[in-house]
Amino acid sequence: MDYLVILVVLALVVLFVSAPLRRRRAGEAAESAARADLEAARDAKYREIRDAELDYRTGKLSEVDWRALDRGLRAEAVAILRRLDDLESPTSGRDGRS
Amino acid sequence: MLVAGKACLILALAVCLYGIGASLYGARTRRREWVASGRRAVYALAGTAAVAFVALEAAFLRSDFSFALVTSHSSTTTPAFYRATAVWSSQEGSLLLWLLLLSLWSSLILFVTRRRLREIAPYATAVLLGLGAFFAAMLVFLESPFDRTVGPLPAEGAGLNPLLRHPSMMIHPPMLYSGYTLFAVPFAFAVGALVARRLNADWIRSTRPFTLGAWFFLGAGIVLGARWSYSELGWGGYWAWDPVENASLMPWLTGTAFLHSVMIQEKRGMLKTWNVSLVLATGVLAVLGTFLVRSGILDSIHAFGASTLGVPFLVLIVAMISGSIWLVSSRAAELRSDHRLDSLLSREAVFLLNNLVLVLLCVAIWWGTFFPLIAEAVTGRRASIGPPWFDRFTVPLTLVLVLLSGIGPLIAWRRATAANLRRNFSRPLAAALAALAIALVAGAGSQPDALIMFVLAGFVLGAVGQELVRGTRARRVMAREPVPLALVSLVRRNRRRYGGYLVHAGMAVLFVGIAASSSFADERDVELVPGQAARVGGYEIEYVRPTADLVAASNGRLERIDFGAEVRVTGDGRSRTLVTERSFFPSAGPMLGPVSRFFEGEATSEVGLDAGLRRDVWVSVAPDTRRLEPRVEEGDEVFAAAEDDLAPAERDALLAEALRGLVRSYADDPPPATFRLLVSPMVTWIWVGALIVFLGGLIALWPSPRAVSRRVTAAYAARVGREARAPV
Repeated sequence: MDYLVILVVLALVVLFVSAPLRRRRAGEAAESAARADLEAARDAKYREIRDAELDYRTGKLSEVDWRALDRGLRAEAVAILRRLDDLESPTSGRDGRS
Repeated sequence: MLVAGKACLILALAVCLYGIGASLYGARTRRREWVASGRRAVYALAGTAAVAFVALEAAFLRSDFSFALVTSHSSTTTPAFYRATAVWSSQEGSLLLWLLLLSLWSSLILFVTRRRLREIAPYATAVLLGLGAFFAAMLVFLESPFDRTVGPLPAEGAGLNPLLRHPSMMIHPPMLYSGYTLFAVPFAFAVGALVARRLNADWIRSTRPFTLGAWFFLGAGIVLGARWSYSELGWGGYWAWDPVENASLMPWLTGTAFLHSVMIQEKRGMLKTWNVSLVLATGVLAVLGTFLVRSGILDSIHAFGASTLGVPFLVLIVAMISGSIWLVSSRAAELRSDHRLDSLLSREAVFLLNNLVLVLLCVAIWWGTFFPLIAEAVTGRRASIGPPWFDRFTVPLTLVLVLLSGIGPLIAWRRATAANLRRNFSRPLAAALAALAIALVAGAGSQPDALIMFVLAGFVLGAVGQELVRGTRARRVMAREPVPLALVSLVRRNRRRYGGYLVHAGMAVLFVGIAASSSFADERDVELVPGQAARVGGYEIEYVRPTADLVAASNGRLERIDFGAEVRVTGDGRSRTLVTERSFFPSAGPMLGPVSRFFEGEATSEVGLDAGLRRDVWVSVAPDTRRLEPRVEEGDEVFAAAEDDLAPAERDALLAEALRGLVRSYADDPPPATFRLLVSPMVTWIWVGALIVFLGGLIALWPSPRAVSRRVTAAYAARVGREARAPV
């Protein structure tokens, strides 16, 4: 019984671990990795924008400071969105269409 | 399943070594299939470790004494819950638990990031598998949990250490180990980021949930250990600056510092060197914590030398430290900050100071923990450092930390103005003054440290309360929601912020409990006979009568003798009864007599506890069993003389009768018993504060619903405006 368990586990491990080597997926996306990284950066930037607004509304930032910070953060977010769009359609113009 | 279990561990080791090679090869040659195969090696490690763990667990549950580990750490009389958790009461089982948890968390992070962090993940995989290989190798070559019992199979095992028969003590190791192994994740990704020279905040964002999870579990383990100490060990305290306690606290402190300082890197691109050093140090301290407990070094420096695990652990720690130092120093250029500190009156500055205090706390604790060991290695004599030494450094540092935890939420990023400060600090300062007045009226003026802590806690709670009120008000303005909904929405949409604020509030409550209970406790050790009473802390505690019992397990085997006392506590206008006991478990020593073995083994305390929000009344008893010694010796002699004439069943029945007689004689003619009486204010606030901390941690940790990712036809700015409002 022990040896059967060992054989089964060994076979499963070998098959499982070697599967990527046996089915080399062509063109697997460096692009999907880049998109995931950009989406995470975008989400983090949105969080910063909301945090800044909350800081302003709870009295930690003056309106002048908040607007300046908000402009900068939104510009950074726009840059990330452009890069995301470029990934989707690298030959299209920057018109914001999907 | 002994052979299968051993084979799984060997396979686990082989998978680790393969995975390290595959990941590094794939990273260097940019061949994704090898990286994927390396990642699958981690999943396979989790699978094989799980099979091994389940096999061991099954052996404990069915009391399979062919396993040497089951024989030495369990018995048929051990309750099922403790049999299940006895797996990690042993060196071997705890190492296997470490490996299993490491492989599970590693699998999770690598699955979550399988399409991201392409340049970093392979190196992180190699590091995680390297740690896995270390533990697997120890399990295969040094401390196997699958060794066969030598000789004929015993009918009964040695049983679980009675000190561990407490629910919190059995949950405590998995919590601690979850914390340690979760800290391996940011450690590995920090190494990966350094190797790959990708030192922006991406890897921090991806590993944040694991860092927070590590902080959560390690903190929970620490509190459970403190609770166990308070309710089980019979000395009345919850923290003794014991090296084992300190070993878990040190990575928690540096992990807390890291969770704060990474916010600065995410927002401003600053403190890259500091953050990466901090998370590397935390990973090292997590392994160091395991080393302290497992290496034997705490018994003495010489026990360390005799232990099989001491040297391998030391080699691993030295490798981690030297590798970390080399990586950080060789990547100095990439670790340069993007910005500088704008102002000392800023949240960045407060976080920096907070980090400094946390690291100083860790350094002080590290020195106090290791100095006795270093002194013994150098001089041959063991030095002793006790709680007063630790308190001298940790108390003032903790006061500063609490102050900063109140200031942090109130102050803006980058630069705070005088107007901001006036607006944001006035109400919390008022709360602090109110706390001062209340504390002085309550008589706390005699203890300056405690008084300062109460005032600072008032400031923190005032700050957090103000933030919740203002945030709710802002939410109402923005979304026109009623107050309860606005509060829920506010927290739900800003989990990290308000979870963090709740953690600060919880820590303030916890420290109030610590300050009050340690500064204003009344304690007495008294010897009483039934009918006598003693006064402590405004309460009269009367020894009413002794209690005595011989306890058998469900299968009839004699498990323990309980000697205790029923006491009446009178005070606060009411009277209640508490029972406290000391339980005597038989030793397995072969040279001991059948009666005396019950008084030569482990003993545990069950304290009598009347807990309340204002104060705890805590009672423990140390029964005097010396008067029973003549009867115990006589019993041993009688059984020794009749050994050959009695069948086992007869012998057991007579032994039970003899022990019942012993128990009756204690109850009928009890000797004076020594009681420890303790009236301790606000201890419950420690546990309540801890619950608030963990609630805050859960809120911060809870995943938010994904933002709308489907793209719409719209200008970018409007899209940012729309999407930024969705919770992320």
